[in-house]
Formats: sequence, C-alpha cells, structure tokens
Amino acid sequence: MSHATSFIALFCAHVAMGFRRWSTYRLATAAGAFTNSVFGLIKAYITIGAIGAAGGSLAGYDAATGATYAWLVQALIAPVNIFGWQELALRIRSGDVAVDLARPVDPQLAYLAADLGRAAYSFIPRGAPPLLVGAAVTGLTLPTSPLPYVLGAISVWLAVMLSFACQWLVNLAAFWLLDLRGVRTLYMAVSSVLSGMMVPVHWFPGWLSTVAAWTPGPSLIQAPIDVVTARADGVDALAIMGTQAVWLVAMLAVGQLVFLAGTRKLVVQGG
Amino acid sequence: MAEALRPYRALLGSRLRAQMAYRRSFAMDAIGSIAVGMFEFAEIYVIFAKVEFLGGLDFAAAALLFALANLGFSLADMVVGHADQLPTYLRAGTLDAFLLRPLPVLTQLITSDIALRRVGRAGMAVVVLAIALPLNDIAWSPAKVGLLVTAISAGVSIFAALFVCAAAVQFWLIEGSEFTNAFTYGGSYASQYPASIFVLPVRVLFTFVIPAAFVGYLPTLVLLDLPGPPGLPSWLGWCGPLMAVVTWGVALIGWRAGIRHYTGAGS
Repeated sequence: MSHATSFIALFCAHVAMGFRRWSTYRLATAAGAFTNSVFGLIKAYITIGAIGAAGGSLAGYDAATGATYAWLVQALIAPVNIFGWQELALRIRSGDVAVDLARPVDPQLAYLAADLGRAAYSFIPRGAPPLLVGAAVTGLTLPTSPLPYVLGAISVWLAVMLSFACQWLVNLAAFWLLDLRGVRTLYMAVSSVLSGMMVPVHWFPGWLSTVAAWTPGPSLIQAPIDVVTARADGVDALAIMGTQAVWLVAMLAVGQLVFLAGTRKLVVQGG
Repeated sequence: MAEALRPYRALLGSRLRAQMAYRRSFAMDAIGSIAVGMFEFAEIYVIFAKVEFLGGLDFAAAALLFALANLGFSLADMVVGHADQLPTYLRAGTLDAFLLRPLPVLTQLITSDIALRRVGRAGMAVVVLAIALPLNDIAWSPAKVGLLVTAISAGVSIFAALFVCAAAVQFWLIEGSEFTNAFTYGGSYASQYPASIFVLPVRVLFTFVIPAAFVGYLPTLVLLDLPGPPGLPSWLGWCGPLMAVVTWGVALIGWRAGIRHYTGAGS
C-alpha cells in the first residue's frame, strides 16, 4: 500500500472512531437538540422583534430571513462546536499527551479527523430538530435551487475545521497555563459575538464589523449561513469560502508551530 | 442559629480560600466572567445601534432590564450555579458522601462550592445598572426604591430556584442533563429581553412556566410606569417575590422527590 492510501485509510479510521464515539450518547444528543431549539425560539423572536422595530428590514434581512438566520445558527452550534472542547488541554495537564506524541500520526491531524467524525454525527440529530421547530413556528426561507446547499455543505465543513483549529490553539495554552477555564470562557464570549452567533455580523456597527473582519469569527457561523441561504451567491460565495480556507490554513499552521513549541517545553514524569 | 450555620461557614470558607490560592487563575477566571457579561450586553448594543425601540423599550430601558436580569442570574449562578454539576456527582457516586453527613443534602450541595469568579459578571451588571438608572426618566418614590431592591433579590431567588429545579430533574435524567439548560440558561437569555417581543404562547412560557419576565422586564415596566403587553399587565411587576416563593416551593418538592428516587451504587 502506498503512503498516500495508507494515510487516507488512517484518516478515515479516525473519522469513523470520532463518529462512533459521539453516537453513543443518544440521550445527551436529544437533550442538546432540545436546548438548541428552545434557545432558537428566543433568538428567532429577538431577531424578528429587532427587524420589526427597524421597519421590516434590517441589513437585508426581513422577518422571515431573519428568523431563518436564527434557526440556522442553532442548527450549526453543535456541528461547528462553538462552545468548544478541552480534551487536549486535560491530556496536556495530566501528561497523557505523551501517548499522543508517541503515536505514528500527527496529533493535530488525528484530532482533526476525530472531530470531523463528531461533526458528521451531530450534523443531522443536532441540526434537524431546531430547523424543524423553526419551520413549524416561524417558517424558514431557504433557497429552492440545489447549488447553495452544495456550496453551503462545503462552507459548513470549512467552518467545522476552522473552529477545530481555533480550539486547538485554545487547548494548547495548557502547555503554559495550569488552569484553562478563564481562557476558554474568554474565547467563548468573544467568538459567540464575532461569529454572528448572537446577532448577524451584518448588523454590527462599523467599528465592530471592522474588528470582526480581522478575526476568523465570521467564518465560523455567518459565512456558512450566508452561503447556504444564498445571501451570497456566485463569486461572492466563492470569496467567502476562500476567506474561510485562508483562515483555516493559517490557524492550522499556527497550531502546528505552537504545538511544537509546547512539546519542547513539556516534561512528563516517567513511570 | 449561629451554631447551626457553623459547618456551612467552614465549607464555604474552605472553598473561598481554595479559589484565592491560585491568584493568576482566579484573575483570568474573573476576566473571562466579565467578558461574558460584556459580550451579552454587546448583543443589546448591536441591536440598538440599528433600532430605536425594541418591544416598546428604548436603549436606556433595555439596558436597565438587562442589568436587572443579568445581576439576578449572575448572583444566583455564583451561589447555586454549581448545582448543575450534580450529574457528575451522581455518576461518580460522590453524592453518597453528602448523604452520610448529618446535614441536609441540598444545603450541602449549595455550600459545596461558591463560584467567586462569577463576581466579574455580577460586577459588570452592577456597572450597567448604575449607568442605566440615571439615564431612565424614573419618577422615584419610596415604593419604587423598594421595588428595585425586592426585584433584584427576587431575581436571584428565582434563578437559584430554577437551578435547584434543574438539579432535581437530574436524578432521573443523568445523561440528558442538557435538557434543563433550556430552562436555566434559556430562562436567563429570555429574561434579558422585553417579553413583549415574544408571541403570546412563548411570552406565557417565559412568564408563568419559567418566571423569567419577573426578573427584569416586569419590574422595568413598573419603574418606568409603562403599560404591559397583552397577557402581562404591569402590576405583575410587583409579584416577583411571590413568584420566587412559588418557584422555590416547586424546587423543594422536586428536590425531595429526586433524593427519594436516588439509589446509590453502594460503592
């Protein structure tokens, strides 16, 4: 078997393991979908209320497209994993990361593959319920042609991987800090606003949208929703996905460098 | 009385000392907590950058509402928020240790931790409150001063009771603990906005089932002498303490049923 095929087989095995691991917790999945839907209810009416107060249209959103935005956000929270994970940080703290280093796979790649498996599992059971509730309660305005969905699917995967790459960096802070709760809370607070999870990035006042544009934030939530709802189509959609890809490559590369720096510092007690 | 409280003072004191032992960790936690409050307020700010009124409230009134709701939630979260760790105790069997001690389990759970770091978010809410109060045109009277004070304590009490309700349900759910987040954190989210923007069934849900509107929106209506939307006459703003008592009643009954349902693994 050539190097390339064995690499792909290994990658796919990690994806499958991630999928299997997360599909074990059925009740937790249902609970998450329920909570995402209840928050969607609140968020949809805040959005509709704000658009109504603005005279029926706000930055290109009317009541229907605004509500659709809110429900799509709720459907993407779990796959994109906006609230993050800390498994690597805990392994760094306990020293278990030494086992990851001993494996003949690049740790970042292995974790990324497992995270793709997680996202693939969560996509339907966590994504569909908020959208179904949305369709029943406020109605959804979605494109009727297939192209936005194809591009949207790619854009969502880019967002999943970018979110992983950002969280990878947050986790790596554990090489230098014992307690990561403050850092994680800070990241969550900042990213939940800059990604467009709270309100669409298009609503931001000038200075805040400038700040957001210089971060990977909007590529996490706003970008895939813009693509899948065809708010951005054609060249605009490709430009958005290009931005996502650039951020992804940059963050993964920084993640590699920081990981390397971290392992140089790491001392694991033997035994 | 003082003698009865002594064990709790010892428990809480040990938690406080433990948290202050790692000063840098504590500082970062507190900064993170302030950021949570700031970015929640950012949502209101972004909306009001585009509109003048939301649900009949202007920016100053919405900020007042936000401050009341956020202060209530963050103080409750600080004192009782760790109750949502109960599934961890249930899975690990550590709840059995609580059952062996000669103190009520619920008060032990509540005093088993106090998340001092969350003082950051509460501080943020106090700052917003201090700025929003003078910005609003409030016809102050002794009754309104009383209302403001009782609204804040009723808010803390209501959210604390919701946390206990959520913890009680964990005795049955365990793996599905996130279900209850819809009502605790979801209630907090809903409480930060004027209930008038919700359609009637959602408004009723977040007023009479989850009493979120009693924390911020209804007291704000009374303070500003505003009429309420259909289904929510503004005199309800005076009923926060009553709702707190009712919610605590439900919470305590639920907790009792939960503890009776619990069977230790015998480990």
